Amino acid sequence: MANDALLELILAHPDRIKGYVAVSPNFTDHALGEIDRCLAVGMIGVKLAASRRCTDPLLDPVVERAGRGGVPVLHHIWQNRRREWPGQEASDAAELCVLAKRHPAVPFLLAHIGGGGDWLHSLHVARLQPNVFVELSGSGVDGGMLEACVDQIGVDRLIWGADLTLCTGWAKLRYLEHLLPADAVEKIAWRNAAGIFPRGAFGAA
Amino acid sequence: MRIDVNAFLGHYPFRKIEGGSPALLLEAMKRTGIDQAWVSNLPAMFWRDPTEGNAMLYRVAETQPALRPVPAVHPGLANWEAVLDQAATRAPAVRVDATFLGINPLGAEMGAVVSGAVQRGLPIMMAVKLEDGRQRHPHDRIPDLSPAEVRGLLRADSAVRLIVTHADRDFIEQVHFGSTPAEAARVLWDICWLWGPPMDDIDHLVATIGATRFCFGTGMPLRIPESSVAKLELLRCSAAERAAIEALNASGCSA
Repeated sequence: MANDALLELILAHPDRIKGYVAVSPNFTDHALGEIDRCLAVGMIGVKLAASRRCTDPLLDPVVERAGRGGVPVLHHIWQNRRREWPGQEASDAAELCVLAKRHPAVPFLLAHIGGGGDWLHSLHVARLQPNVFVELSGSGVDGGMLEACVDQIGVDRLIWGADLTLCTGWAKLRYLEHLLPADAVEKIAWRNAAGIFPRGAFGAA
Repeated sequence: MRIDVNAFLGHYPFRKIEGGSPALLLEAMKRTGIDQAWVSNLPAMFWRDPTEGNAMLYRVAETQPALRPVPAVHPGLANWEAVLDQAATRAPAVRVDATFLGINPLGAEMGAVVSGAVQRGLPIMMAVKLEDGRQRHPHDRIPDLSPAEVRGLLRADSAVRLIVTHADRDFIEQVHFGSTPAEAARVLWDICWLWGPPMDDIDHLVATIGATRFCFGTGMPLRIPESSVAKLELLRCSAAERAAIEALNASGCSA
């Protein structure tokens, strides 16, 4: 139902709204069917938002299908990782990078560095996995966070995001303009994204 | 005129931060159009005697008038009256962070300082928290200030004025609507922890509680100041309301 609602929006605003097809890896056949159906009508990525650690083999067919479709996979990371505790079910950069290593040809978006977990923990892991792109949205606006993203990940693997309808992302974009030269900001603002989403997804970009 | 009531100098014990020096703070203020910052000593908030950090604030303010000192008071130390006396002529407010000091926010020691601040015409600043609970250091177990404690402080003295930083909408509503109009009129909330658009918590609160109750604060350098600046600029309100939040409420509170 959510995918149908999103498709309606995309059809109403084809130049401004692009879509991720949201799937639950717990229902493999349904997930694969949704990916095929929604990519065929113009969605440009796959979103993983179900409570399933992304190290789980259940993720593999979903990622393989995304790879065949030539689209990236966005994983909303969750739970902080300051320490381990019994029953912990974190799925953040540590888990995402395990999955990304199994699928090196598929680009992954780690969302949201400012809101999905502990960025100090995540960046140490994400820096080592070249097909993981760090998306910058989230309510966290910690001083030093964007500097750490640039230092650890580099401007070629950072992607700006707003996290609408929660945030605008405007403050971070402004701060990046202070922190970096214009060409680096341009990479983060859209060029890096244009490089991992299907050709033509953003018009002439 | 833009006054940031919620800025810090110095290092943070739980992670590396950029920008804790006066020069870097002034640079960030210039970049974001902030004319004056009320500064607290960040590491001193965690010291057994936070008042040892006050001299640095006064020293910096002597050469940088755009940085106004917010000295810390420890209600459990015998020097609290001397700290208040010094602040009365030199500071826009004092800060008393009972939760950071490990004392009862509604205890007798705190009550004495509240009365002392009232006698000297000083507002009291306090932080609900400094960092997001999802990413604190394992040894940072300082409890958040609670709405009930703020309500209790407002009732502790009929003339006390509070400036509460790092509060979210739920916290503010619990205090505001749990207080009499006279009590609620004696607290100012900084906007740094409130959602701006499209969540629009600030817009909602300005509409329901009123622009008179809010002031501009950034929490820098623990937070990037651009966040609060963007919220202020995107706020849908009148020019008079914006000016009140941007500076007039804070300057009026400290007058």
